[in-house]
Amino acid sequence: MGIEEKLGYNILTTTLEKLVDWGRKSSLWPATFGLACCAIEMICTAANRWDIARFGMEAFRASPRQADVIIIAGTVVKKMMPAIERIYEQMTEPKWVIAMGACACSGGIFDSYAVVQGIDKYLPVDVYIPGCPPRPEGLLYGILKLHEQILKDPFITRKYLERLEARKLEVA
Amino acid sequence: MHPAADFLKAKFPAEVVEAGEYRGDTTVVVKPGRLVEILTALRDDEDLSFKYLSMIAAVDYHPASPRFAAVYNLYSHKNHDRLTLKAFCDSDGAPVLPSVVKVFATADFHEREAYDLMGIRFLGHPNLKRILLPDDFAGHPLRKEFPQRGY
Amino acid sequence: MEQVKTMERTETMLLNVGPSHPSTHGVLRVLVELDGEVIVRAEPDLGYLHRGIEKMCEGRTYHQCLPLMNRVDYLAGEANNFGFCLAVEKLLDLEVPKRAQYIRVMLTELTRIASHLFWLGTHGHDLGAMTPLFYAFREREKIMDLCEMVSGARMFPLYFRVGGLAADLPEGFMEKAWEFVKTFPDLWKDYDNLLTQNIIWKQRTVGVGTLTAEEAMNWGWSGPMARGSGVDWDLRRDNPYSSYEDFDFKVPLGTKEGDTYSRYLVRMQEMLQSNLIVRQVLEKLPAGPIKVDDPRLSLPPKELVYTDIAGLINHFKLIQEGVTPPAGEVYQCIEAPKGEFGVFIISDGSGRPFRVKIRTPSYVVLNATEKMCTGRMLADLIAVIGTMDIVLADVDR
Repeated sequence: MGIEEKLGYNILTTTLEKLVDWGRKSSLWPATFGLACCAIEMICTAANRWDIARFGMEAFRASPRQADVIIIAGTVVKKMMPAIERIYEQMTEPKWVIAMGACACSGGIFDSYAVVQGIDKYLPVDVYIPGCPPRPEGLLYGILKLHEQILKDPFITRKYLERLEARKLEVA
Repeated sequence: MHPAADFLKAKFPAEVVEAGEYRGDTTVVVKPGRLVEILTALRDDEDLSFKYLSMIAAVDYHPASPRFAAVYNLYSHKNHDRLTLKAFCDSDGAPVLPSVVKVFATADFHEREAYDLMGIRFLGHPNLKRILLPDDFAGHPLRKEFPQRGY
Repeated sequence: MEQVKTMERTETMLLNVGPSHPSTHGVLRVLVELDGEVIVRAEPDLGYLHRGIEKMCEGRTYHQCLPLMNRVDYLAGEANNFGFCLAVEKLLDLEVPKRAQYIRVMLTELTRIASHLFWLGTHGHDLGAMTPLFYAFREREKIMDLCEMVSGARMFPLYFRVGGLAADLPEGFMEKAWEFVKTFPDLWKDYDNLLTQNIIWKQRTVGVGTLTAEEAMNWGWSGPMARGSGVDWDLRRDNPYSSYEDFDFKVPLGTKEGDTYSRYLVRMQEMLQSNLIVRQVLEKLPAGPIKVDDPRLSLPPKELVYTDIAGLINHFKLIQEGVTPPAGEVYQCIEAPKGEFGVFIISDGSGRPFRVKIRTPSYVVLNATEKMCTGRMLADLIAVIGTMDIVLADVDR
């Protein structure tokens, strides 16, 4: 976005930042990425009882280009890892990763020759949700934690501060 | 003794190594040479009618020798009973068995899994390549010397 | 002057369906060779959820294998444990008390209904019918509540033990189960009204993925897949285990075409029959112990563990070494929701199994994908994958 370049860093852009963060967290579209048993609890979260549409997230996009968050739900097997990398690379910024379930967080109960011991060996994870599988309420709690993170995301402030640092180094 | 064991002893006396019963299940150990004929005979016989192959399990009996075996479990819808056949591979270093895909079409995936995880080659299989592990995986995990966590 | 006709050159296209695809019910990859819209070759590529469960079982005690077994067919968690516990009990030559057998049957049948409900919702969703998903999940949540009452976990109750059950049924379970059993047949009519006579559903499923009864037996099909093709076989009726002979239920058989619609009808009727079995269990449930009274298998009561040295040692040895069946090889199979689920255990006399081979129905059914799809259009591949009711952890273990 180029508008904040023109406006500089002041109350207009910080309000814009808050507005954009609120917009981002209110309609975070997940990519369909259920791998194993946790996917079933993810589908239950999207079904009648724990309606995920309350949080604006019922639109599970099959195409990663249209998705904001990837919920790695299930065991990550070494054979599947290249496909996961590809899908993560195809997602457009801003993007977040939720590791749902014990297998995605750390390999879970499967300490074997074929299982990656945690998706954070390959992808930067924002929220870890433990459980085998975590209850739908657990997934919703993790999603709400991600919402809190997104609300505090200082993406304009960070760019301004980076530029300030660079200018200080130039002058000095 | 189960009628299938008697049938096999009568028709293939040179191939049957031993026949036993344990917990109500009959297991017949046969030599692998004429496995295809044995299974065809069991399938086509009117009385026995073992038209269904449940599974082919690959077993590694290390440190006993012979080391590798394949266990075939057959079911007869007509008589509602089961039969287990076991065939040991002749060689411990390069285990080989004849493929029974022509007798039971379902053996296709079972034999590929036995090859993938245990390393038993099935002669005559139309498409013997890895099925569950990535194509570039080295080793056969279900063998006793392969560590659980991999290398 | 004659017109010169240009030679068209056609070639087939290789399309990759999966492993990340909304309609493949998990991480399944199907390499499809297409001639226009017609499938020429369809090769399933498996292994994207191969976790090495059979290898892991070799290093654990029999009870430690139970959580792994639960996660083989994750839609029918407890049914897998049923097969495993029965296999170990066969090795031990053990008969479990009647009350435990009845409760095991009840939980397995409830799990069967839950698995079929999930199949109905997702199969319908793939073929465009999005409403049955929400109706089916409404009932499935009630079954998950019952599982949670019994053990605390929704999908993987881990309630069965070698020798019986972990604990007796909690208070309030019978009332809640009765409520479910009484209301389910009327709620089932909702799904029936939405789909069975629906012309779009019939056009997408009639004639798709056909296999005759002889072929089904040759391809190793079992359960609803085989019954949908006309093979009259149900392990609960023909080789009864765990008191199934005490219950009166019908085994639904499909139409002679053996297509997707026939299998849909079979599974729908199976849900009602399972409900009937649960009703009979609730009516006839006997009182009594829920675990075999054998110090080599059952944990002693906690009062003894904390006060008596013999109880403490017993508890310690059971947790450390676990169950030690005699050396031998057995194969035990059950009628799981997807078909014949079998466990082949080789025991060497120690507390850990020597080899565990899990025979899963979904793996075997996938073998016939090419046979069912060749010559049909790409959209029928999705219908076929849905009708096979595969669970990828069941396929790959």
